[in-house]
Amino acid sequence: MRKWWWKILCGLFVAYTVVAGFLAPVPRLDILNETIRNLYFHVPMWFTMIVLFTAAFVYSIKYLRSADLKHDIAASQFTNTGILFSILGMLTGMEWGNYTWGSPWSNDPKQLCTAILMLIYFAYGILRSGMRDDEKKAKISAVYNVFAFAMIVPLLFVLPRMVDSLHPGNGGNPAFAKYDLDSGMRMVFWPANVGWILLGTWIATLNIRMALIKYNRETIL
Amino acid sequence: MYKNALFTLVLVLATAASSFAQTEMADTMRSNGKIYVVVVVLATIFAGIFAYLVYLDRKMTRIEKEK
Repeated sequence: MRKWWWKILCGLFVAYTVVAGFLAPVPRLDILNETIRNLYFHVPMWFTMIVLFTAAFVYSIKYLRSADLKHDIAASQFTNTGILFSILGMLTGMEWGNYTWGSPWSNDPKQLCTAILMLIYFAYGILRSGMRDDEKKAKISAVYNVFAFAMIVPLLFVLPRMVDSLHPGNGGNPAFAKYDLDSGMRMVFWPANVGWILLGTWIATLNIRMALIKYNRETIL
Repeated sequence: MYKNALFTLVLVLATAASSFAQTEMADTMRSNGKIYVVVVVLATIFAGIFAYLVYLDRKMTRIEKEK
């Protein structure tokens, strides 16, 4: 294992979240009741997705500057892992929404914008699988990835905040700050985010190393 | 008159009771300790995932060193 310290940190943080997430006191809120604890598990999926997509974006830029296929492999594996976390975030959100908003799909602006963003990233995978030539595939998908990443800002951070939304922090709804006021929740929420971001990064690096081994074998043969 | 007073008393008590009623939480599960069962199950799942990732990581390092 290379550079193991952050992997141990990841294990400690997520393990702490699993224990404290259920045992630590939370504010008593109507409708949400105990489901407020989902905040410790649903939100980190999105934080992790954003971090992984950011890493993919950085590697796409690196590829465009260097034309080194290894950077393209890193960008594509960071994106794939990011897509995995977006699916987990979407599913957990729908499960949570089913019991608090009354239905798994409420056409909430943040739900809709996230769905659009996921489709944009799914298209990245389809785009890559549609091309045989490695150089061409790498170049076109790197350019596409830069645009896809640029869409995160309006879709996740701007549009949902301009309209009424069921999500906290959007359209006049109370923000994270409302829960953050509860210092007990903050003590679990932030370690949870760090832990899951590290876990996502770990999975992504494993995927990258696997893809690099495959790539090296193919080029040697 | 007496009836009216009784009715008022009941109404006042009912209002007071509803304003003191707390948001429903899983307090029973906490008091009888069943919540620990949930924590143990989830901790086991995460321990399994963590151990598997460590296994994959070491395996990958081994393959990388082979060449």
